Amino acid sequence: MLPLILHQSPEDIVAWRADGAVTRQQFLFEVDQLAAQLPTGEHLLNMCRDRYRFSVGLAAAMVSGKVSLLPSAHTPEMLRQIRGLAPDVFCLTDNELCAQDLPQVQYPAMGACPASALAVPQIKAAQRIAVVFTSGSTGIPQPHPKTWGALVSSVQAEIARLGVERDCTLIGTVPPQHMYGFETTILMAWLSGCALSHAQPFYPADICCALEAVPAPRVLVSSPLHLRALIASGLVLPDIKQVVSATAPLPLKLAQDIESGFHAPLFEIYGSTETGQIAARRPAHGPAWQLFPGIKLTVDGECARAHGAHIGEPVALSDQIEPLTDEHFLLHGRMADLVNIAGKRHSLASLDHLLGSIPGVVDGAFYMPDETGHITRLAACVVAPRMTPSTLLSALREHIDPVFLPRPLLFVDALPRNSTGKLPRSALQALFQSHE
Amino acid sequence: MQEALFHIFKTMQNNLKPVISSTADLQDEVAQLLVECLNLDVTADQITPDAPLYGDGLGLDSIDVLEVALTVSKRYGLQLRSDGADNRHIFGSLRSLCDYIATHRTL
Repeated sequence: MLPLILHQSPEDIVAWRADGAVTRQQFLFEVDQLAAQLPTGEHLLNMCRDRYRFSVGLAAAMVSGKVSLLPSAHTPEMLRQIRGLAPDVFCLTDNELCAQDLPQVQYPAMGACPASALAVPQIKAAQRIAVVFTSGSTGIPQPHPKTWGALVSSVQAEIARLGVERDCTLIGTVPPQHMYGFETTILMAWLSGCALSHAQPFYPADICCALEAVPAPRVLVSSPLHLRALIASGLVLPDIKQVVSATAPLPLKLAQDIESGFHAPLFEIYGSTETGQIAARRPAHGPAWQLFPGIKLTVDGECARAHGAHIGEPVALSDQIEPLTDEHFLLHGRMADLVNIAGKRHSLASLDHLLGSIPGVVDGAFYMPDETGHITRLAACVVAPRMTPSTLLSALREHIDPVFLPRPLLFVDALPRNSTGKLPRSALQALFQSHE
Repeated sequence: MQEALFHIFKTMQNNLKPVISSTADLQDEVAQLLVECLNLDVTADQITPDAPLYGDGLGLDSIDVLEVALTVSKRYGLQLRSDGADNRHIFGSLRSLCDYIATHRTL
């Protein structure tokens, strides 16, 4: 059994929300209140936008033995598939506009907490608390169950590596529903005994305001997308103790600008939905990543597998990895099949499969142009004589996150397939270049 | 806490500003800016003032919105904020984005 949170006393601050600090006592009281209102289904889709409410929803599910489902997108098709995998799933929402076609529980109003101290719940290490999903190469979402014990082990390694202490407050720009935000903005606060900010800031001015709303020392948990916008905005930020980034490696220049602009050390986390986080680096100290204690990499040809510590069976990584020592490695970009757009990953093969399965599409292929340093968008070409761009895009939008929608989408008479029917990347490249 | 209160006050002040309707000139200018900064597949005059920018309309996503926000903030001297329910509304259409710019611009 492992404790839900490591805050030592009932007065310790667990979170900051709009009306001020939330103590451990208040948090545990709200977890109990929500747990008593959850329906009997064992699977919960936690759609709370507010990070604190998400954390109460997660904890309430854990103490009731329920599993939180964390899909990579909330498209209609993904929700249909989730319902297929877990027919009893219900949605917890704090947003009145939530239009999901699932049984819904509205996040309730909470009362003031009792005076007598509530005990911190203990959770079995083997309890499955969450299932995260990847797109899979066939387009069917692949579930990856996470046990409490494995998550505690990987997040404890992260806390030790980053040196996060209990007087800090974590401010996240990444959603808690994705693996990185889940581990680093929720579990890292719970397991280091520090506080989390309820905010989910988006624009640079929002991030600035969310930082100002909580006391120092502040740890900003973000991504290259938001950090780049924050630097470019030129806004003057309050003191930050540390910046954490993940989802894609930062270009060195941006990493340097962040350290000098924020006067704070920047750490990057490396991991995947399948493995959780497995390594970190301080880009100012060099390009090499250092594995978390106990994690090992085995490289066989192009394919690297991670194992040890919180990872059970060896897991294939979708990046090209060059080991330097037993615990250090370099990243050399993604495997050819994987696209990563602003931290959202998808298999290129599954996107092609999806495109080909849309009624009216005779032939089609996605194409990822060479990266130019800024966010690169997917392109696609199709043979679909009776379709318009807007009907095809609407059909794709049913299935995939909007960041994967092709731009441009070319309608052609035939794809440049070679005599064996293969579609060389160079032929696609030539096709798109001729349309620029 | 004082800083937080100051921000709430500032936000209230901003929200109390009377909405200024944008001109066709500003709409043309912002349409051109959208096409350039997002490398869109359409021309500026194909973006109609009331068609949605998100989803089934122009198909902008959150990455685009952040990009547009940066460009707009530099060009017109304003900071977009997502507090309050009006964020989705600001990017509802070219017209609503331009009305927001017309109301809050300092440049």
